[in-house]
Amino acid sequence: MSFPDPIAVFRTEAAELLEQIEAGLLDLNVNLGDKDQVDAVFRGLHTLKGSGAMFGFEALAAFTHHCETAFDRVRKGEVPATHALVTAVLEAKDHMRALVETPAGDHEAVSEVLLANLRHAVDGSGDQAASSVSAAPAKTLFKIRFSLPQNAMANGTNPLPLLDELRDLGTCRIVADRSGIPALDELVPTDLHVSWDVELLTDQPRSAIDDVFIFVMDDMELAVEEIAVAAQMPTVAAPAPVATAASVAAEPVASATSTAAAAPAAPAPGDAKAAKANENVRVPAEKLDELMDRVGELVIAQSRLSQLAGGSGDLTLRAVSEDVERLSGELRDTMMVLRMVPVTHLFSRFRRLVHDLANETGKRIELVTEGETTEVDKSVIERLADPLVHLVRNSCDHGLETPEDRLAAGKTEAGHIHLSARQQAGEVIITIKDDGRGINKERVRAKAESSGLIAANASLTDQELYQLIFQPGFSTASQVTNLSGRGVGMDVVKRTIDALRGTINVVSRPGEGSEISLAIPLTLAIIDGLLVRVGNGRYVIPLSAVEECLELSIEEDMRSRGRSFISLRDSLVPFLRLRDLFRTNTTPDPFQKVVVISTGSERVGLVVDQIIGDHQTVIKGMSKLHHDVATFSGATILGDGDVALILDVGHLVAEGQQQEAHLRAAG
Amino acid sequence: MNQALAKLSEDLWEGRDELEVLTFEIAGETFALEAFIVQEILDLLPETSVPGAKAFVGAVINFRGKVIPLADIRLAFGMEATKPTIDSRIIVIEIEIDGEPVLAGIRTDKVNEVTTLLQSASEPPPSVGMRWRPDFINCLVKRGSEFIIVPNLQVIFSARHERSATAPTHG
Repeated sequence: MSFPDPIAVFRTEAAELLEQIEAGLLDLNVNLGDKDQVDAVFRGLHTLKGSGAMFGFEALAAFTHHCETAFDRVRKGEVPATHALVTAVLEAKDHMRALVETPAGDHEAVSEVLLANLRHAVDGSGDQAASSVSAAPAKTLFKIRFSLPQNAMANGTNPLPLLDELRDLGTCRIVADRSGIPALDELVPTDLHVSWDVELLTDQPRSAIDDVFIFVMDDMELAVEEIAVAAQMPTVAAPAPVATAASVAAEPVASATSTAAAAPAAPAPGDAKAAKANENVRVPAEKLDELMDRVGELVIAQSRLSQLAGGSGDLTLRAVSEDVERLSGELRDTMMVLRMVPVTHLFSRFRRLVHDLANETGKRIELVTEGETTEVDKSVIERLADPLVHLVRNSCDHGLETPEDRLAAGKTEAGHIHLSARQQAGEVIITIKDDGRGINKERVRAKAESSGLIAANASLTDQELYQLIFQPGFSTASQVTNLSGRGVGMDVVKRTIDALRGTINVVSRPGEGSEISLAIPLTLAIIDGLLVRVGNGRYVIPLSAVEECLELSIEEDMRSRGRSFISLRDSLVPFLRLRDLFRTNTTPDPFQKVVVISTGSERVGLVVDQIIGDHQTVIKGMSKLHHDVATFSGATILGDGDVALILDVGHLVAEGQQQEAHLRAAG
Repeated sequence: MNQALAKLSEDLWEGRDELEVLTFEIAGETFALEAFIVQEILDLLPETSVPGAKAFVGAVINFRGKVIPLADIRLAFGMEATKPTIDSRIIVIEIEIDGEPVLAGIRTDKVNEVTTLLQSASEPPPSVGMRWRPDFINCLVKRGSEFIIVPNLQVIFSARHERSATAPTHG
């Protein structure tokens, strides 16, 4: 096992931290008084600064330091949290990302501007608080006793900087307790045997002491005792510091002599919980894919085994085979779960996007997300990000009206975008709903006609009309903004969703808003399929697309020589003879079967020789040498080791429609 | 054209005097492929034909749980089909196509040996007097009384072929 590049590891970590910071900031923006979020953001910034400096990202550490300082002041109640501050730090956060990604780049100028913004945001609102800071707050004498675990130094904790940080807080008297040092022959030089007693006279609150130990808090023993308030300021110049002092005073009294492990300060329990929840192992996605391949092969080998076992009279063999079958089934299910990640990750980035879009467009937009715990295959999530960005942008830019228009239309001033995910059978449905003006059908039609997408006065259902907006180069926005309207984007959505074997459904009510639902299969790796035989070849039809199977009666078969239609409950369904399509050159089975498949609203029958049954299909991609064959979306390996091809239903339906069009033209 | 071919030849040898190759027979002709691209030699496997694919890569096989295309060089060279014999083998190779490694099987009538070809005995394919598309051939290497054909798989695999039957190139 090779060790990953530490810089790369830091980058991944930093990316996560930045995301946490952003989430915290956005939560804070909603509720400026939320002390927990202030602490969370501060912790994130603090960690980022620390590990940044450790990995040599000096510029990042220096820059982050300023943001951290700003938040430290908010945390201590010296300055209030404001929207301006949140925006400034959000921008700063983006810059931090740049500093993480290209530490060598020229960031000086940007840093300066952002820091100036930040200073302005902090001081502009904090004049009164700032003056109170200068009014020398009370000094308190703390008695601190702390000891670190024996293996602390081996784990990379150095107690000396901790002592230095304590010294920075105020006047310090530090005494080392050496009673723990064993006799020389028992001394392990890498272990830590010393603990410390510190008397600290400081104007800082108790939480400042906890902050010194923030990274080692979970493992150490820390006892903080407040001895006396040395100099209480008689005048109450500003309310803020007094309030802080009072809360600080109250806290140590309660936990005066107990150790921090028993009664830790506010941030500690959260940290401990987070540490527990995050006992994760980072695994590269490709390793998971590899494992998935192996599991797929195991499933195949297992089904060969059960065939063999089924054919033999050996009962022991059968028992073993059944065990293996159960185990490999469980293994496969576990494997699938491993690849599933909640959509939270995907949704969280839209909060920022909507925040920015609201600023850019001058609209007031509220984003509501729902069903974040819905889990989807990781590769699906990654590929969904882009289409969703386009859709959300589109809703913000085209869908929602300006506040004035909204008020005039009798709606609330703020527009709402509702992003939700839910699981339904083998699919995950992601819905983007807005309460804006809805899609203007007349304009879509006019635009489609003028650009030649549809014939003038063509009769289209609403759904067909809405689908037109996903055509390349299509945009009804009369004004091109830098958000959307260029006509790129929506076709990207369509293409990506098609590639994911998903479908798009659009509902729109004029004046009330529109709703776009994406239905995506949960996983790309395994599908339930219907195994059929055409000639000598076996093929898999994705079961999600199969509507029903029926026998092609001899009369229908004969009659349909001229027209390839069957009537199915009063509607005509065109069908394709796969035997002809695949040029099997074999004699057809006497009773042909029809598998009716559908994508969205279109239905097509596929005529096959035999329906073998359902089949759990591990999808293997087609080789590059076969990328020109559109009829198949992949291949799979059957129980007997043979390869079966997986039909691309969308393509077949398109083919069926073409045929239908030809027939209509001919008839 | 000739210059381009000369260049291809040079690419193959890359300044080397010798080339380690695996030789095999298809329709009575001896071919050679560089030994390092050969992954494995297999007995014939059940094939699954891919309707609509180029005839030359008209089937796929299950190679250790991977689905890989099975190529038939005969069809690219417009040779007569031969029946599988007890000597028939599939050579699995890995080559780069458009910068991506691609695994493929090649159907052969017989696999001979790993041997060394000398650059001094090689010639670029003649521009006249040959039944095959010259760009499909890297070079011909004379050994004894016969020529060993070193096919240019990159060109063969990325060339456009007729979708249905073979492309007759009788010259």
